[in-house]
Amino acid sequence: MMSRRARLRLGLALLPALMAAACALGERQTGRLVIASTTSTEDSGLFDVLIPAFEAAHPGMHAVVVAVGSGEALELGRQGDADVLLVHSPAAESAFVAEGHGYDRQPVMYNDFVIVGPRSDPAGIRGMDDAARALGRIAAAQETFVSRGDQSGTHMRELGLWRTAGIEPAGSWYRDAGQGMGEVLGIASESGGYTLTDRGTYLFLSERLALEVLVEGDPRLRNDYSVILVTRAKNEAAARAFHTWIRGPEAQAIIGEYGVDRFGRPLFTPNAGATVP
Amino acid sequence: MELFTQSLREAARLLFEASPYLVEIVVRSLRVSGSAVLLGILIGIPIGIAVGLGRFRGRQIVIASIHTGFALPPVVVGLFVYMLLSRSGPLGSLELLFTPTAMIVAQALLAAPYVAGITLAAVQAVPPEVRLQALALGASPRRALWTHVREARLGIGAAVVAGFGAVISEVGAVMMVGGNILGETRVMTTAIVLETRRGNFAVAIALGLILLALAFAVNLALTRLQQGRWTAMVAASRDREPVR
Repeated sequence: MMSRRARLRLGLALLPALMAAACALGERQTGRLVIASTTSTEDSGLFDVLIPAFEAAHPGMHAVVVAVGSGEALELGRQGDADVLLVHSPAAESAFVAEGHGYDRQPVMYNDFVIVGPRSDPAGIRGMDDAARALGRIAAAQETFVSRGDQSGTHMRELGLWRTAGIEPAGSWYRDAGQGMGEVLGIASESGGYTLTDRGTYLFLSERLALEVLVEGDPRLRNDYSVILVTRAKNEAAARAFHTWIRGPEAQAIIGEYGVDRFGRPLFTPNAGATVP
Repeated sequence: MELFTQSLREAARLLFEASPYLVEIVVRSLRVSGSAVLLGILIGIPIGIAVGLGRFRGRQIVIASIHTGFALPPVVVGLFVYMLLSRSGPLGSLELLFTPTAMIVAQALLAAPYVAGITLAAVQAVPPEVRLQALALGASPRRALWTHVREARLGIGAAVVAGFGAVISEVGAVMMVGGNILGETRVMTTAIVLETRRGNFAVAIALGLILLALAFAVNLALTRLQQGRWTAMVAASRDREPVR
């Protein structure tokens, strides 16, 4: 039988031993660039094209993408767990930079948000060009609206529109899903409800959804993506390389063409060099 | 209905063709969860044997804690390992977040209670006479302990299988600490989440079917071990009878 002291020693040895053993079983991963971005970009498949092109242009550099909501992506930057961010939540981004967590925030591309809903459009918002007023009509009719509810860029934009409309959305018609864009579109489609979505994710999934674009074209629906360098970045050289490359001619051309073959139109419009929103 | 049949057909085609994307993800899942169980064994079996056979103060509390570990939510373990390995965390300098290593650590923590708990039950189920007899026949205490543990080996085997079954189908922890990175930390469960979100139901279904097949294989192995243990125990008690 083990003595008490031996048991204690065994216990103390466990944690470091566990780490060491896990390192031996896993793979060594040093010097890689961690890009934190959003589920909408990941779900569109854009990174599957961008990352190989970036690595081909920068031999020896290795980039990985962690796709989360914009809120979580900014948090990853705050903790130093990501080296560079590609996100779309302008107000939260400004705060992030102002607090000193990141710097050199630059525009990369944009697309737009649209309000989608069932073909029957029970709230009667089809063709409206004022997104806030359209939301007001949905609220007045008490028709189902599915919210991301996850502090993502899309969620922040939705909350901003409710504020503009002067409405505090609450009640059984307002569903806080707490999930990614793909899931929320699925919920809206299945429950015959409305939601705010970025056009890219909607186009990408549209053939599986019983939803139509009902409101578009409001300037408040523009969806800007920025690239931000992280102050606590571990891999700063690669982060800077990505920050420059994504705004350069090669990446901007890839972005401008992405989705044309499948949807007849690009999912994003490149706009490096413009002024930040 | 059309979505269902069409997706199933497409999934069958992907499985039949053994698409490289699927194969790569399945191999990584097996490697990560296999390594995690290996670590879980190194932690769980000694603890299970020590607690199962030892007599000390607070033993009941330790056993209850181990059994609570069966219900450990993967996302909570994920959160714990995430904060431990974050660059702002105590082990941040190791730069292990979003690597397979981080996933192995998290899953090992999930597997260890299973291995410890079932090992504990297995060594307790062996009649104490086995050890006493060995001692009476002149074996050293260490040797007698070994004889006892050997008697429980089928149960311990079941512990390992159950630990593997618990982690291979887990999504919360690996998503959090692995990040679902293409070609590096994407495993079956996290790929199912992503492909469903992307609307690629066929790929998700194909992975789901592989996961189901694995779960079935694991449970079949578990059942066989348990049935085997029963027969082995009956045989063992029959062998002992003349001595009594």
